Parts: sequence; C-alpha cells; structure tokens
Amino acid sequence: MSVDAQTVRRIARLARIAVAEDEVEHLQGELNAMLAFVEQLAEVNVDGVEPMTSVTPMAMKMRADEVTDGGNAEAVLGNAPQSDDGYYMVPKVIE
Amino acid sequence: MTELTSLTLADARDRLRSKDISAVELASAHVDAVAKARALNAFVLETPEQALTMAKASDARIAKGEAGPLEGIPLAIKDLFATEGVRTTACSKILGDFVPAYESTVSSQLWRDGAVLLGKTNNDEFAMGSSNETSHFGAVQSPWRREGSNTPLVPGGSSGGSAAAVAAQLCLGATATDTGGSIRQPAAFTGTVGIKPTYGRCSRWGIVAFASSLDQAGPITKTVRDAAIMLRSMAGPDAKDTTCADIAVPDYEASVGKSVKGLRIGIPKEYRLDGMPFEIEKIWTQGCDWLKAAGAELVDVSLPHTKYALPAYYIVAPAEASSNLARYDGVRYGLRVPGRDITDMYEKTRAEGFGAEVRRRVMIGTYVLSAGYYDAYYLRAQKVRTLIKRDFEQCFAQGVHAMLTPATPSASFGIGEKGGADPVEMYLNDVFTVTVNMAGLPGIAVPAGTDAQGLPLGLQLIGRPFDEETLFALGSAIEREAGHFVAKPWW
Repeated sequence: MSVDAQTVRRIARLARIAVAEDEVEHLQGELNAMLAFVEQLAEVNVDGVEPMTSVTPMAMKMRADEVTDGGNAEAVLGNAPQSDDGYYMVPKVIE
Repeated sequence: MTELTSLTLADARDRLRSKDISAVELASAHVDAVAKARALNAFVLETPEQALTMAKASDARIAKGEAGPLEGIPLAIKDLFATEGVRTTACSKILGDFVPAYESTVSSQLWRDGAVLLGKTNNDEFAMGSSNETSHFGAVQSPWRREGSNTPLVPGGSSGGSAAAVAAQLCLGATATDTGGSIRQPAAFTGTVGIKPTYGRCSRWGIVAFASSLDQAGPITKTVRDAAIMLRSMAGPDAKDTTCADIAVPDYEASVGKSVKGLRIGIPKEYRLDGMPFEIEKIWTQGCDWLKAAGAELVDVSLPHTKYALPAYYIVAPAEASSNLARYDGVRYGLRVPGRDITDMYEKTRAEGFGAEVRRRVMIGTYVLSAGYYDAYYLRAQKVRTLIKRDFEQCFAQGVHAMLTPATPSASFGIGEKGGADPVEMYLNDVFTVTVNMAGLPGIAVPAGTDAQGLPLGLQLIGRPFDEETLFALGSAIEREAGHFVAKPWW
C-alpha cells in the first residue's frame, strides 16, 4: 500500500501537524519508503495468532480508590505557556 | 585530577568509602572534565553547582558512616528523565524550557542512594534515532575517531550523549533508555557497557514516553560491574507505574565474575546477515570461543521471525508514539505558536515544535492507527510480535539460558552519512537489538574488540525474562577476555 498526496494531507490533519503544500511531496516519499519497508509483514502467516497485549505476563495492579496527590495547582500550571487565575488559557473554542 | 576521572564506578565507590578520596574532589574532577569536553556536545545542560552541593552532602554522610550504595558517584542523566527543578526537554523544541516539578522514579532512586548529578545528556529528539543527529541541540560527536582520521563520528543513539559522556570519562555512569536499541547500540559504538533490563524492571514514571510497551531505562557504564551496581539502584517496584513489576531486585554485583560453566548459550542463525562485515562475524566467533573456553555450552538455535522484528517495530513504535506525543499541544507546557483558532494553534505548535524524524513517525503512527488501516497494519504487527516472542520462548524452553549475537551490524559511522534519502537506512542499525524490545527481554551490550580502523565493536547477550544476573555473569566473562576500550582524547 502507498499513500497519495491527498492522504498525506489527511494524516497531517489527523496528527494536528501543519504541513505546507511544498512539503507534501517530500513527506509522501518518506512515508511510502516506510510503508514499503513494513510491507513484508504481509507474508507472515498470522492465522490463529493472538495479538500481543502485554509483553510480560502480569495482572494489572490495583490500588485503593483514594486521593494520593493533589493541591498543587501552582506547580501544575508552572510550565503553562499562558495561564490565568488557576486556569490554562487557550484561544476561544466555542463561538 | 585526570586519575579521578579514569576510575571505574566500583573503584571510586571503594575509595570514597575508605576516605581515600572525597566526593567533592571526585565531583570537581568530573565537572572540569565536562566543561573541557563541550566540543562533544554530550551534555545539553551542565549542573556544576548542584553537583558540588550534592557531593558535599555525600561527604557528610560518608563521615557519619551513612553512605548509600552510590554515595558520591557523579552521574549524567539522559534528558528524557524528568529532574525536579532541572530543565528537561527530551531534546525537543516542543518541550522548550520545561522544568519538571517532579523527579522520575529511576533518578530519584539514584539520589536516594547518594549519587551526584553532573547534568543532562543529549539524545535523539524524543529518543527517535540511532545516531543522536535528530536532537534539537545538535549532533553529539563520538569521542572515538578512525585511526589517522578527523572525520566526526556518531556515538549512536538515541542515548548518544550518555554513551559519549561515559566513553570520554566525563562521568562514572549515565542513565539511558532503550526502545529499539537506544542503550545497546550507542554502548557498542563507544566501547562502553549498556544493559536494557527486562520490560517492567525499571519504572517508566517520569521518563518522557516514546513507545510505552517497548521503553525501558538502563545504565551505560565503563564496566559490567559498574552496570550491575547502577542497575540495582535504578530498578525495582513502583506503585506509580502499573507496568513496573513487583519483583525484588537481586544484588546484581554478586553475579559479576560468577562461573558460566554449564550455561547453554544459543547462537541464533538468523543473526548471520548477508553482507555483514567480516569484522562483525569475527568478533562474534571470538565471543563464542571465549564463552566456550569459560565452560559454557554453545547450541545453534533458530529464531525464524527475526527478519520481521524491525518492520513490526516500525508500526508498533510510531503508533504508540503518535498517541503519547498527542499531549504536546501548546496548552499545558512547552512551546505554543499562536493560531487563528485552537486547531490552528495545535497544528502550528506541533509543526514548529517537532523535528523531521518525530513528525515522520507521528504521521506514520497516525496512519497505521486510522480507520480502515488498523487491522492491516497495527493488529498484524502485534500478532507478529507474539510470534517473535514465541521464538525466544521456544529456545528458552529447550534449556537455553541466554543468546549471543553481535550488538550492531557495523561500527560507528560519520555524522551525516546515513539516512539522508531513505529513513530505513538508519533504522537498519537496530536490526539485532529491536527483537529484544519486541519480546520484552533483557539484553546487554559488551565491548568485544575493534575494527580495522580502531573503532569499538560490541557483542549482545539476550537473557530470559528477569534474569539479568546471567547476563552480568556472561558479560563479565567476555569483558575479562576482551579488556577495556578507552578513546584517545582529541577534544
């Protein structure tokens, strides 16, 4: 399988990465090189094989449902590009 | 002071305990060495004042007889580990001047045991690379050069700064992370020792995530013994990481130098690649002979799905990366590029913040997870991963204790030499190491010799899950025969 220019634009949109029109062709070439490389997986017989979900056999750890951390709003917001009055600031989302 | 930087971690520890040297002397010698080696670009942030403050505290604890296992040992930390109050960027522009308000579990355990922070080391952006050339802070130069040549070489990646710092004797050990070979490949390129422990051995909490089902932390050090000492402090259960195993950490150092008599070592035939350089073949045979002479039994084994590990990795790892890196949105931390609305802001921030390799992998990951392609790519790759793991399990079930392979398909190469036109050319560096991540197994790279141009070459030992001890025993058997490899300073 390979991707066309339209698909490259669609993937960029899904990934939320702006791609300029003059970058599309180059990216298309790179993505197709990667897709050509992974193409060989098609020859593996995977009938009846379970997909891996955990690389080491382990049960998910459980813990009591209680508050273990918090009350650090200042530290949480400390690296925000823009914050005000305990909130992250973003461009207007709803008109 | 040169003498202090040429000590091994184990020797420095012993001399500190006997009060033969002080932690402040040791830290000062390394701080000076770091400052003199800026041409390598191994460090992206130096913390000399913190190093001396921590060393003073170490000296006080040693005086009181309260020394921890790593008391006064100057270490470097890969910039992927969150360090409280110390800038952590994963060497990406998108993390900008991020200063964590918390400490990664692994580094916090090093400080608990008395270690001293020298600074943060360079790496490929978000650990995506095999040459340390994708870092936003620029490439790292290997301390090694070909005999009679001034061509700058790569230290390997993604933990290139850590490997270069250890090889150049700027620190006594460094933390690293390994998703497809990022500890073992740079260790092999720089004549240092690097171990990626079993998945789940070290907590991933506070380490910038790349591919969560593959990422593991481990040390890069000068010797096998040093790696054993450092890993013991780094490893162990952590309630903050649900994938971190609740298994007690053994005294790894006790395994160093232990007899390997009677151990069955698998030699996987699929690792003999067409067109592999003769020198790689030669050190592999040499390694087999050394282990045989030490009393191990060599058996030919087959891992039939080996060739599919790298292509399966280039589906699984980018898929997980595309999900993990969704958090870099210009809202909570790091870079923000203003846009006309919130989507425009996301798209501009991520376009400007991610480098070319990261963008490529996030996009391929997005594609293989997108509607209509999930089954053909991601699901199939996860099934292939089951088969790769099964290959290893079948060998271990037949009584094989560990396997011996080359660590890399070549020695180090020149900066700018690979991956320019086709990204896959660079990816092939990890052909021998990536299987181990796909199967969640422990793997160690140990220096074993040099090529005709004097560059280090490494061997890899692959172990059973949670049996790092056997790797330390076997690794030290190879090290005993191969000796140590120290770069001649040119910087």
